[in-house]
Amino acid sequence: MLGLNKKDTSLLIVVAILTLLAPFILNPFPSDSAMAQFNAGYPDLMQRFVIFGIFAIGFNILFGLTGYLSFGHAAFLGVGSYSAVWMFKLLSYNVIPAIALSVVVAGLFSVLIGYISLRRSGIYFSILTLAFAQMSFALAYSVLSNPKFNLTNGETGLQVYADDPQILQGANAPDLPHLFGLPMRATYTMDVGAWSFDFNAGYYLCAVIMMVVFYLAIRIFRSPFGMMLRAVKSNQQRMNYTGLNSKPYTLAAFVISGMYAGLAGGLMAAMDPLAGAERMQWTASGEVVLMTILGGTGTLIGPVLGAGFIKYFENIFSKINDNVLHSWFAFLPDGLEDAVVFIIHPFIGKGWHLTLGILFMLVVIYLPGGLVEGGQRLLNWIRRKSVGGDDTREGKTEPAE
Amino acid sequence: MSNKSVTRRGVLKSGAVTSAGLALPTIFTASSAAAYTNEPTGGSVTLGFNVPQTGPYAEEGNDELLAQQLAVEHLNGEGDGGCLNTFTSKALKGNGILGKKVEFVTGDTQTKSDAARASAKSMIEKDGAIMINGGSSSGVAVAVQGLCQEAGVIFMAGLTHANDTTGKDKKANGFRHFFNAYMSGAALAPVLAKEMGTDRRAYHLTADYNWGWTQEESIVASTEAMGWETVNTVKTPLASTDFSSYIAPVLNSGADVLVLNHYGGNMVNSLTNAIQFGLLDKVVNGKDFKIVVPLYSELMAAGAGENIKGVLGSMNWNWQLQDEGTKAFVKSFGEKYGKPPSNSAQTCYAQVLLYADACERAGTFNPCGVVEALEGFEFDGLGNGPTLYRADDHQCFKDVLVVRGNMNPTNAYDTLEIVEITPRAQVEYAPDHPMFAGGELGKCNPGA
Amino acid sequence: MDAILLQILNGLDKGSAYALIALGLTLIFGTLGVVNFAHGALFMIGAFCAVTLQKIFNLSYEVIDETQTDFLGNPLKVKTPYVESWFGPEMGATIIDWSVPLSILFAIPIMLMVGYVMERGLIKHFYKRPHADQILVTFGLAIVLQEIIKYFFGANPIQTPPPAALSGSVDLGLALGFDPNAIVYPIWRLVYFLFAVVIIGGVFSFLQFTTFGMVVRAGMADRETVGLLGINIDRRFTIMFGIAAAVAGLAGVMYGPLNPPNYHMGMDFLVLSFVVVVVGGMGSLPGAVLAGFLLGILESFASTTWATTTIPGINQIIIYLVAIIVLLTRPRGLMGRKGVMEE
Repeated sequence: MLGLNKKDTSLLIVVAILTLLAPFILNPFPSDSAMAQFNAGYPDLMQRFVIFGIFAIGFNILFGLTGYLSFGHAAFLGVGSYSAVWMFKLLSYNVIPAIALSVVVAGLFSVLIGYISLRRSGIYFSILTLAFAQMSFALAYSVLSNPKFNLTNGETGLQVYADDPQILQGANAPDLPHLFGLPMRATYTMDVGAWSFDFNAGYYLCAVIMMVVFYLAIRIFRSPFGMMLRAVKSNQQRMNYTGLNSKPYTLAAFVISGMYAGLAGGLMAAMDPLAGAERMQWTASGEVVLMTILGGTGTLIGPVLGAGFIKYFENIFSKINDNVLHSWFAFLPDGLEDAVVFIIHPFIGKGWHLTLGILFMLVVIYLPGGLVEGGQRLLNWIRRKSVGGDDTREGKTEPAE
Repeated sequence: MSNKSVTRRGVLKSGAVTSAGLALPTIFTASSAAAYTNEPTGGSVTLGFNVPQTGPYAEEGNDELLAQQLAVEHLNGEGDGGCLNTFTSKALKGNGILGKKVEFVTGDTQTKSDAARASAKSMIEKDGAIMINGGSSSGVAVAVQGLCQEAGVIFMAGLTHANDTTGKDKKANGFRHFFNAYMSGAALAPVLAKEMGTDRRAYHLTADYNWGWTQEESIVASTEAMGWETVNTVKTPLASTDFSSYIAPVLNSGADVLVLNHYGGNMVNSLTNAIQFGLLDKVVNGKDFKIVVPLYSELMAAGAGENIKGVLGSMNWNWQLQDEGTKAFVKSFGEKYGKPPSNSAQTCYAQVLLYADACERAGTFNPCGVVEALEGFEFDGLGNGPTLYRADDHQCFKDVLVVRGNMNPTNAYDTLEIVEITPRAQVEYAPDHPMFAGGELGKCNPGA
Repeated sequence: MDAILLQILNGLDKGSAYALIALGLTLIFGTLGVVNFAHGALFMIGAFCAVTLQKIFNLSYEVIDETQTDFLGNPLKVKTPYVESWFGPEMGATIIDWSVPLSILFAIPIMLMVGYVMERGLIKHFYKRPHADQILVTFGLAIVLQEIIKYFFGANPIQTPPPAALSGSVDLGLALGFDPNAIVYPIWRLVYFLFAVVIIGGVFSFLQFTTFGMVVRAGMADRETVGLLGINIDRRFTIMFGIAAAVAGLAGVMYGPLNPPNYHMGMDFLVLSFVVVVVGGMGSLPGAVLAGFLLGILESFASTTWATTTIPGINQIIIYLVAIIVLLTRPRGLMGRKGVMEE
């Protein structure tokens, strides 16, 4: 289907089902129960899952295929966000021009940075990209937000003010990002018994875009171009000796992944019309590296899993406080309840960084292929259980590409 | 079934959204049951406390969180009632708000605009928070204030000192209990003149972002008005951890006062560096060299240790104040947590009480009702004496403190001493003051 | 002229910290081929060794003083450190005063041990793994280490003042014939620079003049051949990891009096130290030291009023700008070796 082989088609279908049904899947607990704390099916987080998924998919096209580790990809995301908000300020709140411009600007920006950075390889390349991103961040945070030439609005973040021109903004158009009149924040809440599911317009826009770019990523992975990129990774020198100039290929991969990042940035601004400079900081670039490695470098679905994993911890674990813990363990005798809360306390709420750090280490130590490998092991284990004994061939792990 | 589509500019415009919404598939236009965002329907009401729990301001955030928990206890009639006993408005009965038990959820701002908005959104979208309270930087305050305006909930700002929060970025749904950079300048200038004379030459080091600039502008304006000369203003990158290369040229510049427009970790390090360079031991232009830190906080003072001795600055509130409201709050906070509260903790505590009181007086949780109840509200008994929430820009006006690093602290908590309580009249300004120009308050937005 | 001298001093001082951290980082790259994102955390742990020792010295017993009251109006508890009651008030106060220099002795065994445990317990299993995995695991470790420190010491900075005799500043300008106050410089910053020179010199002579160092250098050049010669190179590399950790830790101990330690100081230095290492050239120890001092001095000059008015924002980006220029003109940094971390 769509020029994909059977395995890829089923992967695409699984991803499509998961994203479309996410409001159900992510809200497994009744909204009044104590476990509702673990529900992730509210619009903001669902949007973040897919947006960072797009970011990581794009990053993986560069890193997973060519092996070039960019430490400055957040710069493209930030540039994308800024261009989108500028479109809101100048034209209108319609998200289409905003997203389009964010992809274009991020693309141009990545041509510039990629062209220079790709003159070096290995860690020298990483540091070059890092340096460009950090410079962009520093400039966006201060110099480019001076009152005379305010491009970024500094630490507060670029936002739309009432006195902005918005020349195409129609009289009846919603006063917040919308798609031809459909506000991105429009949410339909479905109550089924004790459960409550949110269907958000913005989320579905992001989800549809993610499926499209995921499909594109599959096509790139399977194309001759993708093969060429893999060749760069496995042995660039040998490739050069055969008379092939690898640079156009790597630059193309760099720009494509930069455009993915710009798209993610544009979507972020479309969901929430504010662009903060922190989006360009090295920690943000590091985050997408971690997402990709955590999920499984070079696999198709891995980066999306990694993105979901990190964002889940950031948004869910940081909100669990001692009160919540006490309510969970209220059934225990008083002394024991306090003891349990005392033990768990360092890992939740303000300790969510600690939990994340420990999980990074555990995953990378025990699952060298990232979360994807974990999933495969689980799958194989289940298969072995059900088939019983007939696992001599199936037991071997394969990359989920 | 409910339909939540939230807008930025108030009720008038939300009509437009609804009409635009009519063109949509029916699934999105199910009739709206709620009158405003997150209308509490059960026996409880949820407040969202959004404070930095990780990163350099984690201690500040933790202190705010403790104070907010205390406020919730007092609202629900637990503990000793704290400021409920001293507050001049007697609408609060200790039975929750409007008879509903107060519950709260917490989030981590990480002191980043993006993360702060994400956690505020999750509290609004997932937990049904009806107001967001807290924070410890102006960037975060402005970002979250904008979000709350769009979402149709009330925002109370926590620690934010930049003029812009109630200046060009003011919003109808947002209120600020904290003082601002202009007020720091207005309160500090007379004390500086009295202690250091009117012919000083000042050298400014300023954190290179929005808050730093507005503070520098305010302090330069108010000190020059009384006769000081500004020798130089140098911007320092926010990410700096070592300020030696900025401090070293100060002695050579002919300046005899160093003004550090820094906050938090920046301030702790720049002050430590300035002391290392022996600035306070020097005599320049025939005068003793002095250092001024316009915005102080207790936690920064603790971080700076011995270095703050004798250094002047300003504060929103201090636990050593002697009014009844302060005493009641310090007593209940101190007895519960074993330490006196910081000024950002007090701000957050007072804001929770004020919000609850406004709901009671308005008889509704509807943000528009709350805004109306808070606008122009005059009260006393929450510390700092008689206080006004001005209707024009939602800035709070009350006495401002000028403090000095204590030369002989007796314990870990009296590292700062109050030099002067500057009366409210002296720090007031017109709503259209040039430093606060631009932006519009807009109309209150109830969401839904 | 005096302004230039001042900024050179500042640059040497900043450079000392960069060089010390980068030196350890390069040692680990060069010997073990591991990208250690937890190196900043080692620097931070070193600084907290000083904090810990200071806390130990300040362990106190409490006596209730009825004449004074605390903030709640209860009788004040007056604290007296045990060291003061054991060694007498004066000796005790001196010990507390000198806690930072004494921490050097305290930190060396701790850091060697931390390094040893880290290498044997974790890093060892990652030699053969891709660099990406190394980054993830060491980054995770760095987060865990810094959160542990935060759990025990809080997020606020903690002052570790230098001994009274070494605090304050001296007027260097007087000796050189400048006006008074022209070149005033803090004593501890001069101490820090000298300390860095001694440590760097120590590491270099250790590698240059001892048999152990010779073997390590040989191993850095060609690990396999050295292994074939029947030398247990892994063991020596483990020790080098410990030494690298100790260098970072000592840099942290001595840095405390300059800027009070906090739990995220390691992360603040992490990216910078990587830039320094790469600008110096992968696998080159002299390169790392040279780049450290070079970037320190350039950073100091970029922060002068003259520089920032000429090019606005130059002080924010100078390090990265220099890194880009160096890497584009010299493919392997200042003194990098061919083939190290290039793929």
